[in-house]
Amino acid sequence: MTRDRTKVRPGDRIFKNLSTGAGVFVVALIGLIGLFLLVQAIPALKADNVNFLTSRAWSTGDPGNLQFGILDLLLVTVYSSLVSLVFAMPISLGIALFLTQYAPRRLARPFAYVIDLLAAVPSIIFGLWGILVLAPVLAPVSQWINRTLGWIPVFGQGNVYPNFTGTIFTAGVVLAVMLLPIITSLSREVFERTPTTHIEGALALGATRWEVIRTTVLPFGKAGYIGASMLGLGRALGETIAVTVILFIPRGGHFDWTIFDGGATFASQIATNASEFNNPTSAGAYIASGLVLFVLTFAVNFGARAIIGDKKGD
Amino acid sequence: MTSTLSETERPAISPAFQQISTARKVKNGVATVLVWLSFLVAVVPLVWVLYTVVANGIKRIPYTNWWTQDFGSVLSDEVGGGVLHAIIGTLEQGLVCAVVAVPLGLLVAIYLVEYGRGTRLAKLTTFMVDILSGVPSIVAALFVYALWITTLGMPRSGFAVSLALVLLMIPVVVRSAEEMLRIVPDDLREASYALGVPKWKTIMKVVLPTALSGIISGIMMALARVMGETAPLLVLVGYSAYVNWNLFDHEQAALPLLMNNERATNTMDPGSVGFDRIWGAALTLVLIIALINLVATVVSRLVAPKKK
Repeated sequence: MTRDRTKVRPGDRIFKNLSTGAGVFVVALIGLIGLFLLVQAIPALKADNVNFLTSRAWSTGDPGNLQFGILDLLLVTVYSSLVSLVFAMPISLGIALFLTQYAPRRLARPFAYVIDLLAAVPSIIFGLWGILVLAPVLAPVSQWINRTLGWIPVFGQGNVYPNFTGTIFTAGVVLAVMLLPIITSLSREVFERTPTTHIEGALALGATRWEVIRTTVLPFGKAGYIGASMLGLGRALGETIAVTVILFIPRGGHFDWTIFDGGATFASQIATNASEFNNPTSAGAYIASGLVLFVLTFAVNFGARAIIGDKKGD
Repeated sequence: MTSTLSETERPAISPAFQQISTARKVKNGVATVLVWLSFLVAVVPLVWVLYTVVANGIKRIPYTNWWTQDFGSVLSDEVGGGVLHAIIGTLEQGLVCAVVAVPLGLLVAIYLVEYGRGTRLAKLTTFMVDILSGVPSIVAALFVYALWITTLGMPRSGFAVSLALVLLMIPVVVRSAEEMLRIVPDDLREASYALGVPKWKTIMKVVLPTALSGIISGIMMALARVMGETAPLLVLVGYSAYVNWNLFDHEQAALPLLMNNERATNTMDPGSVGFDRIWGAALTLVLIIALINLVATVVSRLVAPKKK
């Protein structure tokens, strides 16, 4: 009798192996993605007639004479993502503090739900809203910034002059809106874990609400907030269709270090030309840039998870 | 206690705590205003986007042919036709994606909560699920392109899109299911084991049903999310203005792809045909997503464990 009970039943073995297999599959998936992209990218990289990392050229029409480099893509991708972080980081911090420290407790939940709704809007809708509705409103602001601060290279005249609509700036603002829910929800989670004793201690010493936040909540949640922002950065680097719809691609223009430039990011470059993947070598050029994007987002997410994991400490 | 005030006249807060310097008061006030402001700033785009979609999209969708026809018979600048072809594509691709991603995601979550708890493989799996959720949709699309189209030689099709959506849906399903399974009380499991029920049966008959309502709403959210994805559509299937039920071959439309196609081929002046079509399709997509969420809420209420 006892032996019967301790025996592993076949149903159990099957179920355990099945679920473990699914876990292993997910682990393998990341490796497979990297591997397949690499294998497909190598022939194109070998056929590339310019330096992949330092060239700004992008001509893949003739498989016999491929010329593609990622310098411009990398700069535009990083630039637009950083612009979006500049907007999203302080606002998300404000919302997270609002939801955890300021909002009446009964309203905190519905408010958080409202912010989460932002994440449910499909990104193509954000893109279309960004270029058709928001861009015309932002253009005068851009022109004003350019007029008054144009002597600083970051605000100089870009290649989307004079209409200032499909700029890195516009894309950055829209990306920022898309990042708000992800940065907010994670920061909120961390802020909520601030030990009550710390808060009560600060209150007992006569601290104002802001002083409580500055001396207990912020120091406690700093790492989590930074991790959340990095996660947002990862999202911004890889966001495709919103950027594709918004960013104006100038003919022959190069990225010129101003936020009023147009251009293409890794993701938007691939998306724009995806319908013309007509031969494996040319498609390989895009897969190669996709691989760079994969490595980039992997590194950023890896870092973010390491920071958040440390803080949560489970 | 030499206070001259009687018990009732004494202020509730002792004077020591009222002596807050003006600078500290001002800082506190500024912080409060900024924090409230940042919340309002986030609400503005949400309301604005939804207003744009509804106000511009409402023009065409009340007509029945919007729901029953495709754009195949009308010119790109001609009023009329409908988005049936795109609705079919969106639902088909989403459904097939769910059929693959949901069991896989559930199994991973079961592994993490029931079998792997705390092991190194479980930690690695959790980490990789997190990384997978950060993989850009365009990279997922390129991976399927490299695997399905280049390596296996299959055609660009709606099914290839479904495969890419699976990659994007799995992490969301795993996360939400894992969270729901974790809050199932261990007492329930132990009671079942004590009755001699095998572990796998305990999971199937006790743990899953208890967590089912939460899992269903998580799955529906994930489904709604991937149905709005555009990047895989651009890489893995061509746009067609005609109804195509065949998931495995030829061009197939989907709502996001239709919107992108109209944007690329039509002038975008407010009131023009392309403009109306884009926002009509956007509103249709939002309505479908809202409907899915509504169904999820109702179903998860129905299957939720009954409370006395």
